[in-house]
Amino acid sequence: MNNKTAALKAAFPHTIPVMTGYLVLGAAYGILMNSKGFSLLWIMIASVFVYAGSMQFVSVALLAAGFDPLGAFLMTIAVNARHLFYGISMLKQYRGTGRMKPYLIFSLTDESFSILCSAKAPEGVPEKWFYLFISLLNHIYWITGSILGGVLGSLISINTKGIDFVLTALFVVILVNQWQSTTNHLPVIIGIVSAILCRLIFSASDFIIPSMICILLSVTILRKPMERGKTT
Amino acid sequence: MNYTTTQLILFFIIVAFGTLLTRALPFILFPENKPIPKYIRYLADILPYTIIGMLVVYCLKDVSVTQSYHAIPEAISILVIVLLHTWKKNTLLSIGGGALLYMVLIQSVFV
Repeated sequence: MNNKTAALKAAFPHTIPVMTGYLVLGAAYGILMNSKGFSLLWIMIASVFVYAGSMQFVSVALLAAGFDPLGAFLMTIAVNARHLFYGISMLKQYRGTGRMKPYLIFSLTDESFSILCSAKAPEGVPEKWFYLFISLLNHIYWITGSILGGVLGSLISINTKGIDFVLTALFVVILVNQWQSTTNHLPVIIGIVSAILCRLIFSASDFIIPSMICILLSVTILRKPMERGKTT
Repeated sequence: MNYTTTQLILFFIIVAFGTLLTRALPFILFPENKPIPKYIRYLADILPYTIIGMLVVYCLKDVSVTQSYHAIPEAISILVIVLLHTWKKNTLLSIGGGALLYMVLIQSVFV
């Protein structure tokens, strides 16, 4: 058995939990895109090249709001800002991955990160191939899920009104997880309060950038007490 | 949604590029031998939490408390998601259950 096969065999079991999640969430994305009139081609393009679950859902909302390139770019940065944290955490681990590094960085989703930061390649299995297969398998699950959703959505006529709420549910679940993982709830509260205040002042289509400025200012001003209160 | 193919291609390039930028930036800014500034480490610690709070509000940006149904379907569904998730801790169940409940609510109860 060569190294690559060994790496694939070692990687696969780690990806099983993500497989279920990505097939279902990917399918929800496919159904949502289909309900907005997008063909399979667009669904595939998004899942192959964007490959960011929550951002792909947000991009459906962005498209519904009208064509705004700058707004879309800033929103992408805001939604994906957490990736900066994953990248910082993986700086060391991805050392020496050579030609694979660009793909490993491109495919660093929340779920892949959660596996990669804890899974260890077994003895004798080259680490970079192990990382590559974890990332690649997850990517394949996501693409497959979204295609299945797109096909499903076009075959059966379901009343999809309200399916956008999948995104809300996803973020609420992440928020609950985060809330339970820390005793410092100030950051979450800053995020919610800043956004609500800015939404009251600005319109639905332009409150995100003011919210981000407000958040950045607040956390910068509150840095001292926040770091003191940090228990993690 | 009425978009030209060019607009859509441009849109997905922007979103794909923005996403890649957030994933690659740490590797570009902090090559293996350079230390990470404390302020950046602090932001990396804090921002994931604040951004999710902001995103929940973003999802609800078109909901009105003063107009008909007064955000009741949203409030019920979110409450159920929080309870379900605190109880079972099953991400798919919480998301699937919450979204289905919301769809049922706005399709057949609050119509």
